[in-house]
Amino acid sequence: MRTATFMIAALAAVAFALPQAAVGQANLEINTPAINALQRSMQQRHTQLAPLYSSGAVGFTRDGNIALRDARAVPLAQRQQVNALIAAENQDRAALYREIARANGHPEWEPDIRATFAQRWISRAQPGWYYQNASGAWVRK
Amino acid sequence: MTAETILNRAALLAAGLMLAGCVTINIYFPAAAAEKAADRIIDEVWQLKDGTAPQVKQPEAAPGEAK
Repeated sequence: MRTATFMIAALAAVAFALPQAAVGQANLEINTPAINALQRSMQQRHTQLAPLYSSGAVGFTRDGNIALRDARAVPLAQRQQVNALIAAENQDRAALYREIARANGHPEWEPDIRATFAQRWISRAQPGWYYQNASGAWVRK
Repeated sequence: MTAETILNRAALLAAGLMLAGCVTINIYFPAAAAEKAADRIIDEVWQLKDGTAPQVKQPEAAPGEAK
């Protein structure tokens, strides 16, 4: 009988702890040194990427990255530099998704965070920029 | 099986279910919060909201204004 009483007390304690766990989900933690550094790095790179988005050379993929869409929109001499820019951006993006998941104590959320970002990058892209639709085809906004 | 054993087992089962419930709640992905977080980061990266950068408006507090 004593065990049962103890169990009921334990249940009550758990029930009290629950609402606090729910409150913790109102916002995601994005204010860590790692996330801030990635944000700054991407912000600086954006000044170089923005003209490539506008010319259609680079577009947003459905998996939360960017990719070379039209190599002809880039002069031959600059193609290597643009490819390096894309690779660096995708590296930062992967790290950003991973860090957000980790900062919130759920590394397994990384694919969900990536999917959320993929959708948000595209819906906030400027008119004229290109993105990949669900079937992988390039679409101009 | 005595009544006490049955009660104990029922309490154990209830505790187990409760714990499973907690785990489920914690594993659930907060989609709305993630969207908000993504938007805040996109604002920053694309500089869409100039909340901190330009401080243009300083209309009041003109120096030497007599009342």
